[in-house]
Amino acid sequence: MGLEDKIPEGILTTSLEGLVNWSRQNSTWPLLFGLACCAIEMIAVGTARHDIARYGSELFRASPRQADLMIVSGRVSNKMGPIIKRIHDQMLEPKWVIAMGICASAGGPFNNYAIIQGVDKVVPVDVYVPGCPPRPEALLYALDKLREKQKSETFAQYREAEQRAIRTSADIDALAAPRSKQLA
Amino acid sequence: MDWLNLLIIPLARSVALILVLLTAFAYLTWFERKLLGRFHVRYGPNRAGPKGLLQPVADAVKAIFKEEFIPDHVDKPIYVLGPALALIPALVIWAVIPIAKNVPAIADVNIGFLWILAVAGVESYGLILAGWSSNNNYSLLGALRSSAQMISYELPMGMFLVSILMLAGSFSLVELLNSGRAWWEWLWLWAMFPLFFICILAETNRSPFDLPETENELVAGYQTEYGGIKFSLFMMAEYINMITTSAIMATLFFGGWRLPFGLLQNVQILGPFVLAFKVILLLFLFVWVRASVGRPRYDQLMGFTWKILLPISIGYMMITSILVVLFK
Repeated sequence: MGLEDKIPEGILTTSLEGLVNWSRQNSTWPLLFGLACCAIEMIAVGTARHDIARYGSELFRASPRQADLMIVSGRVSNKMGPIIKRIHDQMLEPKWVIAMGICASAGGPFNNYAIIQGVDKVVPVDVYVPGCPPRPEALLYALDKLREKQKSETFAQYREAEQRAIRTSADIDALAAPRSKQLA
Repeated sequence: MDWLNLLIIPLARSVALILVLLTAFAYLTWFERKLLGRFHVRYGPNRAGPKGLLQPVADAVKAIFKEEFIPDHVDKPIYVLGPALALIPALVIWAVIPIAKNVPAIADVNIGFLWILAVAGVESYGLILAGWSSNNNYSLLGALRSSAQMISYELPMGMFLVSILMLAGSFSLVELLNSGRAWWEWLWLWAMFPLFFICILAETNRSPFDLPETENELVAGYQTEYGGIKFSLFMMAEYINMITTSAIMATLFFGGWRLPFGLLQNVQILGPFVLAFKVILLLFLFVWVRASVGRPRYDQLMGFTWKILLPISIGYMMITSILVVLFK
């Protein structure tokens, strides 16, 4: 992760942890990135009626280097899987993922050769949002859940989860449906 | 006590100025996000602190605690130099801006106008070095766009500055505010203000001329490879540029620290507040434009400056010189 790796853990750093977690909670910038119809609802979440800006998350950054949150909004095809993995790798720690809609969560109606059955086979997911597509309110609820997680998670817990979540391209190859070499 | 006047006082003033500007930058982001929210009939940030007032703090702490990362494929020294080189000129321009009667922010340089133009010229280096050293197609294209745009718009801006200079008769900004203007001079300058403001928008890479960072074509332009605190430095450069250029416009067009009709002009303490008020009004104008105007195509942007703005500015300069000869 970032600067906190260089600080010793212990009682002294708990209030620092609180401050950092608070700042992450209130400044989670999502990645400007949409896959399918759920992206339309993700756009709607920024409009006047739903206003994701209240949480300080209206800054959808196009560059993965500046984003904190990846909202996988839609079905993930086998061709898209490696690309999502790559974008996720390009994001700087700490980073979070919301799987938006049933397709991104578990494949949904597309139980076929072309669609990865859930984006959690490619990147570690923090919050799953059901719905086809979920309403903007559901996405805001997911953001609320993510904020709860960001608030309670200690640095050590985040690091441990990060270690477990590391996936190599070999893992992905084993999980994903067979595909030709040129797609890898 | 020469060293006191030469070293300690300017140093203390610079530190104070930098602190004020950095705070102003932080709350300018809040101001902009809140105002954009109001323009869109929504609330804007309101979870971090009362009325979202702690939003800049949250953003800053998050940026500091983001992973410190330099990609392998970049030219490291220049990659690190880029954000700093973008930020420093924006701060340095402030040295010559008068903040009260006979009080410049740091030094009353007798070439104040040239100082502004020269330092503004250095600014584009930060962006182009950042784009070049990132070794990324999008970064390079964004950097080329921004430097071409800034240099093109510097020409009409320079012409307009020359016109103001001829009317003022002095290179010093302090002198400019001390010598009064006739009523026709005010009107003549205000007629040109919208065009000057367009140049300033392009100079600061602000919407609607934020083509260097068009998300749909260039990801994030010259800052694509930057994350965490280095990206924040670019944001800082952009927003402090807004503040600086607003202060320049307030000084050139709206009397800087002066109240209208020479009211209370001997009360020194009022100066900074009057200037700050004018700067805030002009910053509102920046946000207003961002909330209402769409982005032009790049060829339209360049065509506008070379085919329309530059001839107008040259014509304006010629007419001004005739007016100066006839009436001053």
